[in-house]
Amino acid sequence: MAHLSDENMERARRLVAVYPERRSALIPLCHLAQGQDGWLTPEAMEDIAELVGVTPAEVYGTATFYDMLHTEPVGRHVIAVCTNIACMLEGAYELLEHIEEHLGARVGQTTEDGEFTVEEAECLAGCDAAPCVQVNHRFFGPLDSAGFDRLADDLRAGRLAGEVPRHGVLCRVERSVGLEASSAEGAERRERTS
Amino acid sequence: MITGAAPIITARLVHGDSHTLERYLATGGYEGLRAALAMTPEAVREQVDKASLLGRGGAGFPAGRKWSMLRKAEITYLVVNGDESEPATFKDHLLVERDPHQVIEGTIIAAYALGVSQAFIFCRGEFALGMERLQQACNDAYEHGALGAGIFGSSFSLDLVVHPGAGAYICGEETALLESLEGKRGFPRIKPPYFPAVIGLYGAPTVVNNIETMSNLPWIVTNGGDAFAALGHGSSTGTRLFALSGRVERTGWYELEMSKTTFRDLIYDASLGGGIRGGGELKAFIPGGVSAPWFGPDHLDLGLDQEAVGAAGSMLGSGSVVVMDHTTCVVRAAWRITRFFARESCGQCTPCREGSGWLEKILLRIEEGNGRDADLDLLMDVCDNLAPGISWPPQQTTICVLGSSIPSSIASAIRMFRDEFLVHVKEGGCPMAPSR
Ligand SMILES: Cc1cc2nc3c(=O)[nH]c(=O)nc-3n(C[C@H](O)[C@H](O)[C@H](O)COP(=O)(O)O)c2cc1C
Ligand code: SF4
Ligand code: FES
Repeated sequence: MAHLSDENMERARRLVAVYPERRSALIPLCHLAQGQDGWLTPEAMEDIAELVGVTPAEVYGTATFYDMLHTEPVGRHVIAVCTNIACMLEGAYELLEHIEEHLGARVGQTTEDGEFTVEEAECLAGCDAAPCVQVNHRFFGPLDSAGFDRLADDLRAGRLAGEVPRHGVLCRVERSVGLEASSAEGAERRERTS
Repeated sequence: MITGAAPIITARLVHGDSHTLERYLATGGYEGLRAALAMTPEAVREQVDKASLLGRGGAGFPAGRKWSMLRKAEITYLVVNGDESEPATFKDHLLVERDPHQVIEGTIIAAYALGVSQAFIFCRGEFALGMERLQQACNDAYEHGALGAGIFGSSFSLDLVVHPGAGAYICGEETALLESLEGKRGFPRIKPPYFPAVIGLYGAPTVVNNIETMSNLPWIVTNGGDAFAALGHGSSTGTRLFALSGRVERTGWYELEMSKTTFRDLIYDASLGGGIRGGGELKAFIPGGVSAPWFGPDHLDLGLDQEAVGAAGSMLGSGSVVVMDHTTCVVRAAWRITRFFARESCGQCTPCREGSGWLEKILLRIEEGNGRDADLDLLMDVCDNLAPGISWPPQQTTICVLGSSIPSSIASAIRMFRDEFLVHVKEGGCPMAPSR
């Protein structure tokens, strides 16, 4: 029995099909699994391994290289606080300290209610809005302590649910077509629409 | 002087819905592609050569020359580098999020010129909104007939896959990017082969170009390479998207004609940076991403010009300028940049893996007041192992240039502000207010 839901299995197969070699789908599939479970579970890694034709250990070994892939459970909201140069110059470390205190969780920890995980991030390419944070990879900045407290309240109360999906859900737009350049169906579809 | 040259790649951003197909088509979108398809691939390449478009990813390699190196083979690929993670760089983020169709149109034009039938856009994983817009734009482009089989009724077919990264700076390095795209850890490949154009994705010849490089192509094809080359000066043609951050009044992105604007303009002009925050004093600035050696007030009158900045001992790199003011502690700044490299080193090469960690620890102990007199020499010695001679451009002892970039900020900070380091050591701590 697969761990990924039937719907996600179907999505996974479509993803694998757009790459010339199956293994290229490994990271997209890790994102897909995180979207389902909030983190990358061992069971999901077994499914991924089978889908791309490698061992589960290879999936694990690859996933652990990447900051966004969590092989341990995390909170519903992962707060990534950038402390790199541009944000540091605007007080990112003070903001991080405040966040740790306010949430009662230090970098790498999750709050007891499972709501928030705090991370210290490298530059998020949002340096014109420094200091900035990402919540589940959605941007907020510039932020001061009061601004963060309001943000945390909104997240807790679910007021930002539309903008900030549960952790792990990355790209909510799916590819709508398969490969066409080399396939007969592609040529046909083009005939029909042109 | 700031020229009034019209923007090329940010023209559409005055519209709030610049990322939609509707707006794209209403503002000349996909006209460049139509024009390209009416030309031969050679003729398109000729225009790009004439434009002398330099790659915008950091190394500034001429795009036309890179394309001419693509080894002839049955299967070839085009991979667009949208991994943007160089600290203080946020231009590709902007282009992906606000004008994804322009990135896609440029990619299709490049693929046509190269005769490639499968392309990938590798998008930094943290750009969730950007990825959603890019995927939507990709879907819409297929629906519009700009992607897929027989593009716009021509015999040219192209598939484009939007591929997510997963958080690793090193995957911006083109060979690490290809490894990651193959579903592996992002380890840069050992050179030679020096160019993916010879051996790239799955061993096939592959052109890797930056998002901003691609974004220029629709304009170049529509207006001609000569019109592009008429902007700027010497080898620095066209415009560039500069990302300004740090202690200025108006942080943000500015698309400027190459060469014609100086760092002074960028930092102080009321329509650009607007001067140092709160009327403070400029202490130093980084001219092109944290891999670049720093400049001081003496360099303010340099033009934003690849050659000029190179000749002055640094690089325009990724086009990101970080401004430090009189409240900035340079030890802390150098420490934070070094910490970044230590965290992001992929660990394959000893000088980089070990050196970055040691440099970070030494800088931190100086900042925290536990520095020793010999630490400055020690820092330079470790830097020398990473980039022998600590010259510019740096000598390389490692597989990729991440390692040889680490000394830039440390050597700059010590060269420009030796006294400040010594005060830290002598007084047993940081003399500046906390946080900067
Ligand atoms: C450590 C490292 C990180 C890099 N990061 C990026 C990046 O995020 N985006 C990018 O386009 N190029 C990056 N590059 C440069 C690429 O290797 C490559 O030169 C570039 O994508 C080529 O595109 P261009 O010729 O259009 O500039 C990086 C290089 C190194 C060594
Ligand atoms: S220089 Fe550093 S980042 Fe580059 S390959 Fe070597 S260890 Fe990895
Ligand atoms: S330095 Fe914080 S987003 Fe770039």
